[in-house]
Amino acid sequence: MNIITGNDLKTGDVIWWTGLDWSRFVKDATDVGDQGEAILHREEAARRVNAPYIIAAEQTDDGPRPGHIKDRVRALGPTVRPDLTLKPADPDAGEWVI
Amino acid sequence: MYQYDQYDQQMVDTRVEEFRDQVKRRLAGDLTEDQFKPLRLMNGLYLQLHAYMLRVAIPYGTLNGKQMRMLGHIARKYDRDYGHFTTRQNIQYNWIKLEEAPDLLADLASVEMHAIQTSGNCIRNISSDQFAGATADEIADPRPWAELLRQWSSFHPEFSYLPRKFKFAVIASDTDRAAMRLHDIGIQLVHNEAGELGAKFFVGGGMGRTPMIAPEIRGFVPADELISYAEACLRVYNRYGRRDNKYKARIKILVHELGKEEYTRQVEEEFAHMKELGLNPPVEELARITEFFADPAYNKQASDGLDLSDPDFALWVDQNTAAHKQSGYAIATISLKPRGGIPGDASSAQIDLMADLAEQYSFDELRVTHSQNIVLPYVKKSDLYALWQKLDEAGLAPANLDLITDSIACPGLDYCSLANARSIPLAQKISERFADLGRQRELGELKLKISGCINACGHHHAGHIGILGVDRKGTENHQLLLGGSGAEDASLAKITGPGFTEDGVIDAIETVTDLYLEQREDGERFIDTYRRVGMEKFKEAIYG
Repeated sequence: MNIITGNDLKTGDVIWWTGLDWSRFVKDATDVGDQGEAILHREEAARRVNAPYIIAAEQTDDGPRPGHIKDRVRALGPTVRPDLTLKPADPDAGEWVI
Repeated sequence: MYQYDQYDQQMVDTRVEEFRDQVKRRLAGDLTEDQFKPLRLMNGLYLQLHAYMLRVAIPYGTLNGKQMRMLGHIARKYDRDYGHFTTRQNIQYNWIKLEEAPDLLADLASVEMHAIQTSGNCIRNISSDQFAGATADEIADPRPWAELLRQWSSFHPEFSYLPRKFKFAVIASDTDRAAMRLHDIGIQLVHNEAGELGAKFFVGGGMGRTPMIAPEIRGFVPADELISYAEACLRVYNRYGRRDNKYKARIKILVHELGKEEYTRQVEEEFAHMKELGLNPPVEELARITEFFADPAYNKQASDGLDLSDPDFALWVDQNTAAHKQSGYAIATISLKPRGGIPGDASSAQIDLMADLAEQYSFDELRVTHSQNIVLPYVKKSDLYALWQKLDEAGLAPANLDLITDSIACPGLDYCSLANARSIPLAQKISERFADLGRQRELGELKLKISGCINACGHHHAGHIGILGVDRKGTENHQLLLGGSGAEDASLAKITGPGFTEDGVIDAIETVTDLYLEQREDGERFIDTYRRVGMEKFKEAIYG
């Protein structure tokens, strides 16, 4: 599957395209098929996202899992600061990245 | 330390308001990201892996308690309660919001700080010896010269769009604590045979994907011509540096390709021309700057006596303090490398505490080191115990300066969009593996430097032991390097062979340190033994 990610223009937060809007959580990301380029141009022009790009991901029971480790780190947060990730209550959340 | 005059302050304040307007226009859609990106980068604002990252300049690593406290305030108000001290004596914040960046910069400006020229193809923050003005082994204080270079290079119209970024380091002793020869221009203050002060110029060093040690191009430039000579070096680079290929655009490539002799010839030609133009700064301006760096009001009767009956304190004194030029005083280094910690990170509370301690014990001055630690340069020996107790309570008293757990690590893939592998987890695991202080001290001075990619922000080429993170088919892999040094015995580390997993590279480090202990002769540091024994023996031990 192909999903789109970028950063929130104002806050810089990592965000994922849900099909209708943007979410902080990669589990909400939707498969954009071959529509990715059109979506990211439209959303970037609307100033809802900064530096968006399309990535390959794998659909899993827990939702999309980005294919590259860099995007998995982006999806979770720094593995060395579990308290600052999107799963602060799960000290083993970093395992998902690796 | 230097204090802004009206021009400095006006320049910084004006820039803040200019950037505020640029941010407003970006958020309103009047500027595209392509238009805005170079503007935010000129103000040190990057877009990194998780958010915007701001790099704040700390000129030659020097700041006062008020400024340090502001760094803590920024961590609390605009970031996530911590900052990361970098290998260029700066600090970075990882979670900045674009819409808040102008207010942040205004707060910084209120204490004579900014983030200007911490990015982009311009002259970056001038770095220097963290012991400047305090150490007994320097011939002069390099800070006035670093400040002069700062003023000269700030908004320099000719050098705002160089072929690539440009880094200076200035030192004034034969002991190099600033990795001077791994800078684009390294300057060492020296005396000539007549006893006059001048500068030795080393040009074309650097790390990154093509590491090089800067060759000396001139043994003595009279002090009052230092700026003109630097300008001549930059002019030749600006004229002929490669702008067609980012990876060949640094001055080290130009010096290498032209050859030291031809590059020097062109610089000398340009220098002769510069002298005719009379562009040396007025003597009065250097005198004005120098006055800011006068010695603090030492107590000349301060005692050299120290009660070392507390063994933990004695270890810290032995490892983390250095000889001072003034009797009764010491230079104290606060290690930001606690067991299992993140090298260079400090919480806002720790930053505040260090500010307080600087005011109380170090004539209101701190230094950031390129090894990502903090120095209190003027501590009375009789205050060391009280200082250590307060540091210890805050987790700031690891007695590991220059030992294997005092590692340098770049932010790596945990934060950096350029990285291929994570650096910090490696530093943390090595810190745990070698946690025993007795074992660390047995190994002695051992510079471990970790980078998450070939850009080498973690200085892996200059490590006695270096680690380079690479991407191997989407998996983190770590190459081991041996034999580098960023000190006065500068050398470039070499890769041992095939890379390792995270645990594998830590095992390999243990293998090479074991071999060192087995092979070393009296008084040899790790790097000395490596140089005597050679790579092959270490490779045999690692790979069998």
